[in-house]
Amino acid sequence: MAISRVKTSSILQGFPKSRSLLAGNTAFSPSSFESIATVTVGSGGAANVEFTSIPSTYTHLQIRGFARTSRATYGVDALRYQLNADTGSNYSWHHLRGDGATTEASAGTSISYMESQRILGTTTGASFGALVMDILDYKDTNKYTTVRVLGGVDVNGTVGGIGGAVMITSGNWRNTNAVTSIKLYGDSANFAEYSQFALYGIKGA
Amino acid sequence: MTATYEKIATTTLGSSASDVTFSTITGSYTDLVLICQVKGSTTITPYLQFNSDTGSNYSWTNVAGDGSTASSSRGSNQAQSRLANQVYVDTTLNMNIIVNFNNYSNTTTYKTFLSRANKTGTDGGAEALVSLWRSTAAISTIKVYPSGGTWSTGSTFTLYGIKSE
Repeated sequence: MAISRVKTSSILQGFPKSRSLLAGNTAFSPSSFESIATVTVGSGGAANVEFTSIPSTYTHLQIRGFARTSRATYGVDALRYQLNADTGSNYSWHHLRGDGATTEASAGTSISYMESQRILGTTTGASFGALVMDILDYKDTNKYTTVRVLGGVDVNGTVGGIGGAVMITSGNWRNTNAVTSIKLYGDSANFAEYSQFALYGIKGA
Repeated sequence: MTATYEKIATTTLGSSASDVTFSTITGSYTDLVLICQVKGSTTITPYLQFNSDTGSNYSWTNVAGDGSTASSSRGSNQAQSRLANQVYVDTTLNMNIIVNFNNYSNTTTYKTFLSRANKTGTDGGAEALVSLWRSTAAISTIKVYPSGGTWSTGSTFTLYGIKSE
């Protein structure tokens, strides 16, 4: 019989709920991916979201976001991020972006933040941006820290003459300290209500 | 800290299929991740609909590279979204697609999802795509289907849930 539809209820129907590799044991889930903390922005908005006191018990970190700012006029905004409250010109970034009409590649060097342009939605555009940010080898004190981001927002066309965009970003922090805090903020305006950022830790073997 | 990233459902097609639909998705997670390895009966674009919504409520924007040029397109007021636009599923080589559905179960906002697609060979390349579903309903059904023809035998589709705390 061809399997063309999958229902979680039908998978479980008539069978004991096998929650582990050995049926009948307690719930199984990969132990290498853990939730650390989540921030959801309230009705007053927020100038930034910051994860602090990040434990050093993981190999990599991942931030999964769904966010927008209160920026006027346009439907997109840029996400900026700093590590360990370092506001010096110790960051750089590169990106590849598509906005529905053109592709663009650009970079920032020796600046005070890393940036992913046009991956946040806005209240003006009514959309939220989605993003997945990986902070790789974040506790390794032998090398600079590298960040990569996949993110984007779609506004069903254009808002204020600018379309949504999808992009990939790489960022670099020229510091060998372990990352213990991450600050996220919008370029043009505060984060708006319902914006959410969740921090996860990924363990190595 | 709580471990998360759970497999919700998976299927490997034993014969060709016109669609794969994950239904009765609960709101137990924060995000969903769908991983597909697919071939088709012909050269096709991978489509997607939520909650059986066939209205013109979808839009998307992509960026892609095919080995010689980079390009970007958008679709507005579409009857379905897509997981890739310029990298095509074909009959010979598997196409890998990873889709992130962030905050899928909230009932306040429109839904945005991110897709990454990769394939080598003819009509291959690397692509990222963002899509909007203009509905505040929680996503409870995800239908993945080809623009024409069928998914081929052996194609795999696995849905994971990630829960934040």
